[in-house]
Amino acid sequence: MSKITLDNLSHSYLDKQNSDADWALRDINLDLQDGGAYALLGPSGCGKTTLLNIISGLLNPTKGKVLFDDKDVTSQTPVERNIAQIFQFPVIYDTMTVYKNLAFPLKNRGMIDSEIDSRVKEIAEMLELTKTLNNRASGLTADGKQKISLGRGLARSNVNVIMFDEPLTVIDPHLKWVLRSKLKELHQKINKTMIYVTHDQTEALTFANQVVVMHEGQLVQTGTPVELFEKPKHTFVGHFIGSPGMNILPCQIQSATPVIDGVKISTNSQIKKSNFSKTEIGIRPEFVSFSKEGIPVKVLKVSNTGRHKIIDTECKSGKIKVLSHPSKDIPSGSAFLSFNKKYTYTYGDSWIIE
Amino acid sequence: MKKYKWLVPTIYILFLMLPIYWLLNMSFKTTTEIINTYSLWPQKFTFENYITIFTDNTWYTGYLNSIYYVVMNTILSVVAALPAAYAFSRYKFLGDKHLFFWLLTNRMAPPAVFALPFFQFYSSINLFDTHVAVALSHCLFNIPLAVWILEGFISAVPKELDETAYVDGYAFWRFFFKIFIPTITAGIGITMFFCFMFSWVELLLAKTLTAVAAKPIAATMTRTVSTSGYELGLLAAAGSLTIIPGAIVIYFVRNYIAKGFALGRV
Amino acid sequence: MNKTINQKAWLFVIPVFILVAFNAVVPLMTVVNYAFQETFGNNVFTWEGTRWFKQILRSDRFHSALGRQFLFTGVILFIQVPLGIAIALTMPKKGIGVSVCLVLMSMPLLIPWNVVGAMWNIIALPEIGLLGHTLNDLGFDYNFTQQTGDAWFTTILMDVWHWTSLVVLLSYAGLRSIQPAYYQAAEIDGANRWAVFRHIELPKMKKVLTIAILLRFMDSFMIYTEPFVLTGGGPGNATAFLSIDLVKMALGQFDLGPAAAMSLIYFFIVLLVCWVFYNLMMRNEAQG
Repeated sequence: MSKITLDNLSHSYLDKQNSDADWALRDINLDLQDGGAYALLGPSGCGKTTLLNIISGLLNPTKGKVLFDDKDVTSQTPVERNIAQIFQFPVIYDTMTVYKNLAFPLKNRGMIDSEIDSRVKEIAEMLELTKTLNNRASGLTADGKQKISLGRGLARSNVNVIMFDEPLTVIDPHLKWVLRSKLKELHQKINKTMIYVTHDQTEALTFANQVVVMHEGQLVQTGTPVELFEKPKHTFVGHFIGSPGMNILPCQIQSATPVIDGVKISTNSQIKKSNFSKTEIGIRPEFVSFSKEGIPVKVLKVSNTGRHKIIDTECKSGKIKVLSHPSKDIPSGSAFLSFNKKYTYTYGDSWIIE
Repeated sequence: MKKYKWLVPTIYILFLMLPIYWLLNMSFKTTTEIINTYSLWPQKFTFENYITIFTDNTWYTGYLNSIYYVVMNTILSVVAALPAAYAFSRYKFLGDKHLFFWLLTNRMAPPAVFALPFFQFYSSINLFDTHVAVALSHCLFNIPLAVWILEGFISAVPKELDETAYVDGYAFWRFFFKIFIPTITAGIGITMFFCFMFSWVELLLAKTLTAVAAKPIAATMTRTVSTSGYELGLLAAAGSLTIIPGAIVIYFVRNYIAKGFALGRV
Repeated sequence: MNKTINQKAWLFVIPVFILVAFNAVVPLMTVVNYAFQETFGNNVFTWEGTRWFKQILRSDRFHSALGRQFLFTGVILFIQVPLGIAIALTMPKKGIGVSVCLVLMSMPLLIPWNVVGAMWNIIALPEIGLLGHTLNDLGFDYNFTQQTGDAWFTTILMDVWHWTSLVVLLSYAGLRSIQPAYYQAAEIDGANRWAVFRHIELPKMKKVLTIAILLRFMDSFMIYTEPFVLTGGGPGNATAFLSIDLVKMALGQFDLGPAAAMSLIYFFIVLLVCWVFYNLMMRNEAQG
């Protein structure tokens, strides 16, 4: 059990770096509390697996330190750090039975057979694998195999952190939610720090207490799912989270007020500086509504998903999506939109202006 | 213990290089010297063997002819084998196990058995003395080899990979070329080298099916057993030269073999 | 692996089937034809039924050649397979060492087989060859043309030199294809080097090793050129392996009938052994 601190981590896979793009990770500073459920969320190639492998010890960072409980473990092996990692596809020992698979890490640490036996049975119980214990591991389905991988990780009782690298990738869609709930349940039961890497926001938002969003090797925002949803600190977060994502529109700043298509927008941001190369307004479709005045738009399309209506509109500066109650009437042709000030933010060079 | 790991391949390579050194040694000697003296390097260093080879038209064209049909055969074998190997690995179909084994049986007959029938057969379809004939005839043993090797490598890639790509919406052929083939680069590299190698060293069929136009080095190699006995110096020089094309092939595929599993994030 | 049933998969296999069958059928028919007939030349054949088969199967000459062959192949497999795997395990994974190893190790494979035989013939000669001269200098009484033991030693040494790299290259490629996650998981599980070999590397190399073993079995069982050029089958019959014996009979005595029959018997032995071995190795796949 430990608190994990990442101190100024940077990593590059190349021997020499000439530009930002040569770095897989840049200046990562992060504190992970003991027993927390964290998600590392981001698109493919943003560096999340790199970061995961640095935390687990499979990779040595080019710069920076990793601390477990304030102790520098950067030079320690995964075994020494006492971590467990579950990979994208099931990694099992084909030649062994399920029982032997689960017992393997314990045997390697010199546990005596009777202890191994009780521990394996305990884990199998937790993961509902008891019936298959004596079957060949290679005969199980993909989700069964992932459970074995998970079991091997859990088997060692003194594990500090359990890391998941997109573990549901090869699982059938209808089994994904079963496993996801199982993982959440597990976390509540055993109370160990869990770090879950994924590019799927649903997985991240349902599993984690704290989500860490990554983009192009940098940490963009850390927060609870609600915080990320309501107040994205970077346009990328706004755009990536939520379905549909946040509306991002370019705007001009006139006397410290953002203006779109000549209409002044009241936002939650206090604009002090104005020397940004790019300024934008961000507002989620949930917080946009039709009104008698505001930004003039043309209504393009209305889709009804049953749970809500998604309306595609267009103004001079770009497209705006609106989410509204399924039974509400939608004007057609030309209309005006107004934004809920509390959830409207201004972004300078993609970062939020508070 | 781990420190001395490098000793193993080093000692093995030394073992392999000794006779090759001796071959090179002989290639720079005259046949008389080879037969009469024991010397670790040529006492009378001579290029005469190599000169004979480079100036004699049959050697030179023979070399090129060989390269021509071997390359033809290698490409044909690998290209035909890839889809078949994929099918054998991923699908069950009527007769699949028997067909797979039947392929291998084509490598089980002593080549001498095929020489005469092939001669008659390829002559009858007007392919005698062509590169195509040799390239096609070598398919007999190279295609089964290619299918078997590739099937082994393809089976090592978890089937879940294919299914994930489908879920992501890839059309089959795009999946095959962009996602799948990169995962079996080691298999393809090694298959190409082995097809090249087995076709390159095959003498009997190559000699039987050709006369002048497509005459490979094979024919000239066996010609060195002339009425005056072995022309050893010449044979050694020719032997040394035959190593070069294959060495180039494996040099080119070395990265495919060593990089092995190169799974991009799907 | 759970294979999906799909009869359309035949389409993938058709090119291969055509190219191979095209070559295989014609000669086979010829051989079978000969095996059941007698010829006195002039292309006149008389039907002989199974006479040749019975004659071969009962002959002592055939039995001794067969025995020699099995012994030779057994020794070859016993040496080349573990040796090949061991070398592949210690080869470098990246850097310039990879190119050096791959290129140099592939060289023996590329030399035409008659040249291999000829060069080893010279190398083994006591007066003028590197091996022969050195061994005799060291005090061994070495003469491969006259002593059976020495002939066997030289033939085996030549084959190991010539073909071990095949096993090495196949094993190496197989090893390089193992996904890193397996090694990573093993590292996390605290497995030692031997456990990694036994539980990850060896199982994952099973198919590739099967191919290597089958290839070496077939090729060494049918070996002809190299030992023929090296020893001619001698001294006496000591190294007259099955192929050499077969050709002697077919060409020397122009007994096409028995020769063809022997070819078929030969073929069936190889077929049987491969079939058995293949099924043994792949038995697990069906359960997996």
